[in-house]
Amino acid sequence: MLEIKNLNASIGGSEILRGLSLCVRAGEVHAIMGPNGSGKSTLAQVVAGNDAYVVNSGSLLFDGQDLLALEPEERARRGIFLGFQYPVEIPGVNNAYLLKAAFNARRKHAGLSEIDAFEFLKLAKEKMAMLDMDPKFLNRGVNEGFSGGEKKRNEILQMAILEPRLAVLDETDSGLDIDALRAVANGVNALRGPDRAIILVTHYQRLLDYIEPDFVHVLSDGRIVRSGDKSLAPELEEKGYDWLREAANA
Amino acid sequence: MATDPDNIENLVNRRYRHGFVTDIESDSLPPGLDEGVVRAISARKNEPEFMLEWRLRAYRHWRKLKEPTWAHVHYPAIDYDAISYFSAPKSDADRPKSLDEVDPKLLETYDKLGIPLHERARLAGVAVDAVFDSVSVATTFKAKLAEAGVIFCPFSEAVQKHPELVQKYLGSVVPQRDNFFATLNSAVFSDGSFVYIPKGVRCPMELSTYFRINAANTGQFERTLIIADEDSHVSYLEGCTAPMRDENQLHAAVVELVALKNARIKYSTVQNWYPGDENGVGGIYNFVTKRGDCRGANSKISWTQVETGSAITWKYPSCILRGDNSVGEFYSVAVANNYQQADTGTKMIHIGRNTSSTIVSKGISAGHAQNAYRGLVRVMPQAAGARNHTQCDSLLIGKDCGAHTFPYMEIKNPSARIEHEATTSKISADQLFYCRQRGIAEEDAVNMIVNGFCKEVFKELPMEFAVEAQNLLNVSLEGAVG
Ligand SMILES: Nc1ncnc2c1ncn2[C@@H]1O[C@H](COP(=O)(O)OP(=O)(O)OP(=O)(O)O)[C@@H](O)[C@H]1O
Ligand SMILES: [Mg+2]
Repeated sequence: MLEIKNLNASIGGSEILRGLSLCVRAGEVHAIMGPNGSGKSTLAQVVAGNDAYVVNSGSLLFDGQDLLALEPEERARRGIFLGFQYPVEIPGVNNAYLLKAAFNARRKHAGLSEIDAFEFLKLAKEKMAMLDMDPKFLNRGVNEGFSGGEKKRNEILQMAILEPRLAVLDETDSGLDIDALRAVANGVNALRGPDRAIILVTHYQRLLDYIEPDFVHVLSDGRIVRSGDKSLAPELEEKGYDWLREAANA
Repeated sequence: MATDPDNIENLVNRRYRHGFVTDIESDSLPPGLDEGVVRAISARKNEPEFMLEWRLRAYRHWRKLKEPTWAHVHYPAIDYDAISYFSAPKSDADRPKSLDEVDPKLLETYDKLGIPLHERARLAGVAVDAVFDSVSVATTFKAKLAEAGVIFCPFSEAVQKHPELVQKYLGSVVPQRDNFFATLNSAVFSDGSFVYIPKGVRCPMELSTYFRINAANTGQFERTLIIADEDSHVSYLEGCTAPMRDENQLHAAVVELVALKNARIKYSTVQNWYPGDENGVGGIYNFVTKRGDCRGANSKISWTQVETGSAITWKYPSCILRGDNSVGEFYSVAVANNYQQADTGTKMIHIGRNTSSTIVSKGISAGHAQNAYRGLVRVMPQAAGARNHTQCDSLLIGKDCGAHTFPYMEIKNPSARIEHEATTSKISADQLFYCRQRGIAEEDAVNMIVNGFCKEVFKELPMEFAVEAQNLLNVSLEGAVG
C-alpha cells in the first residue's frame, strides 16, 4: 500500500531523512520508534505532504501512485490520515464543522453524495461514544483550549470518522492518561482491517500492549536501523537505543 | 443678525439667484458645484423653502473647508468640480432588457452569494418592468407597515409628506458642520431612506426585506434618517451583499439615528461596492458619516457592519449615549484585499449616567491591503458609572498587508470602567496544512478560518444575512492565498 524507497528529505536546509525505506502492506500495523530528533515526525509529515519539508530524492508510492505529485488535500481524500504530534488550534472554527467538511470532501472524491448536518451529527455522536468523548467537544473551536490529552483524543475522533486507508499516528499516545490511552487504542483497533494499514509512531511499549503491531522499526539519524516483530519493542524498552546506534555506525 | 456670516453670504449671493441658468428639465447637471447647482437640486425635488435654506447653509460652509487628511488612507486628490451632483436614474432604454444582456461575471458572483433569482435582475439594473415579481411583494409589505403606523419612504418623499418630522430631526445628530463630507452631503444629498416608528410600536418586519426589494438607485450622496419614538423597536438593514454596479467614484453618505426613551434601533450594513481590480485600479471611495443618538433613557442603538467593498472606506458609526442607562454597540468586520484601504471604527460618547458600550471589531487584511481601526471612547464628567468593553482583533493573510489600531480614550469621570483587548493573528501555515491534511482545499480552509474569526459579529446580523455575509467574505478573499 505504501512504498517508500531511499527517501532523502530536509527541512530548513538540514537533511533529516537519509535514505529511508519502508514498505507497508494492507492489513498491517507498523510501529516506529527511535530517539528524539531522529526524524519520525519528519517522515509522517512528508507522507502527508507538508511543503515545509523538501524531498531531495527517493520515491513515495501509495497504491502504486506517486504521492509526490499530489497536494496534501488530494492525499487525504485518497485515504491518508495524519494524527499530528502537536495538533494546531484553529480558534473560532467549529470542530464539527471542520470534521463535516473533511468527511464530505472524502465522500465527494469517492463519488458519493455529501451528507447533511443531521446525519453527520448522528455519526459523530456514535464515534464519540465509542471513544468515551463528551459530545460537547463537537461545538468547541478546533482544539481551542483543549488539554494535551483532549487534543490527542480529538485526532482519534477525526480518524474514526474519516476511516482512512492509511493512518499515521504521530505520538498519539503521549500525554494520555490510562483511560484515554485505552480509548485511543479502541479507536485504532476498530479501524484495523484487511484493507487498511496503520503506522504508529511511539516512544512507549504500553501503547503496543493494547495495539499489537505486526512490525516494529527503529529510526535513527534519518534511517531505519532495525526492524523486527513485536518483541523488539520490549527489548528497546530495556536496552535503550545506544546499542543500535553503535551497531549502525560501526 | 447681520453679524452671522451665513447671513452676510446669503445677501451677497442673492443677486446670483436669478442670474443662474440651468435647464432643470435635463437629465443631469453639468459637472461642478456652486450655489446654483444646490438650488437646482432642491428645485428639481420641489423642496420647501426650509430645505433649500438648509442645503445652502451647508454649501456655504463647505466652501470654507479643507478635506481631512488624517485617516490612514491614500488616494489621489478628488476634483470636486469634475463631479456631476445630480443625475437622474438611467432611463429604461439604456438598461439591459433581461439577464441575458448582463455581464456573465456579475451573474456568477450572484450565484456564489446565493442571491435569490428574483432579486438578481433588479440588482443588475435590468429595466424595472422586467422585474415583475418584486412589485407585488413590495405592495404587501407597504400595507403591513402602514397598518402599524410605520413611516418608511424615500427621503425626498418624507420632505414632501412629513416636513415637520424632517425639520425637527434632520441634522440633529450629525450637524451640518460635522465634517467635510457630511457638510458636502448636507448641501447636495440626492435621496435616501426615512423611517419613523411611532411610540410603542415594534416594527413588524426587518426593514431589510423591504429595502432589498425596493431600494432604487439612491445615488452617491445618500441621506438616511431613522427615528424610533418612545418604547419602539426597529431593525434596519442597509445595502446588500450583491456587488452594486455604480459609476460614481465618490460616495459620501450620512446616516442619522434617533432613539427616544426605551427605544431600540438595530442598524446593520453589508457593504460590497466595487473595490477596484487586483491592481488597485478603479473602485469606490466610500466616506460615510453614521451616528446614532441615544437621546432617551434606557435606549439602545447597535451598529453591525460587514465591509468588504470599496477601494477606500472611511467610516465610523458612532453612538452618543445621552440618556441615562443607554447602551451603544458596535460590531464590525472589515475586509481589505488587494490594494483596498479601510479606515473604520467607532466613537462611543458617554454622557448619561450608567451608560454602557461594547465594541467588537474584526479586521481582515490580505494582499497589499491596509486595514486600520480607529476607535474613540469618551466619558464625559457627568457620565457616572460608564462602562466600555472594546475588543479589537486583526487577522493577516499573507505578508504584504497591514493592520493598524488607533484606540483613543478620553475618560473624565473616575467611576468609569473601561476595558480594551487587542490581538493580531495570522493564518498560519500549520493551520492551513492541518485543514488540508483533512482533505479541505486551501481556499476553503482560509474561508473557514476567516468565518471563525468573524463569528461574534456575524451572529449579530439578521438571520438571512448572516449566511450571505459569510459567502460574501469568501468571494472577497478569493485568491488571497496561494
Ligand atoms: N525548521 C527546522 N529547521 C532545522 N531543523 C529542524 C526544523 N524542524 C525540525 N528540525 C530538526 O529535524 C530533526 C528531526 O525532527 P523530528 O520532529 O522529525 O524528530 P522526531 O523523531 O519526531 O523527534 P521526537 O521524538 O522528539 O518527536 C530534529 O533534530 C529537529 O531539530
Ligand atoms: Mg516527533
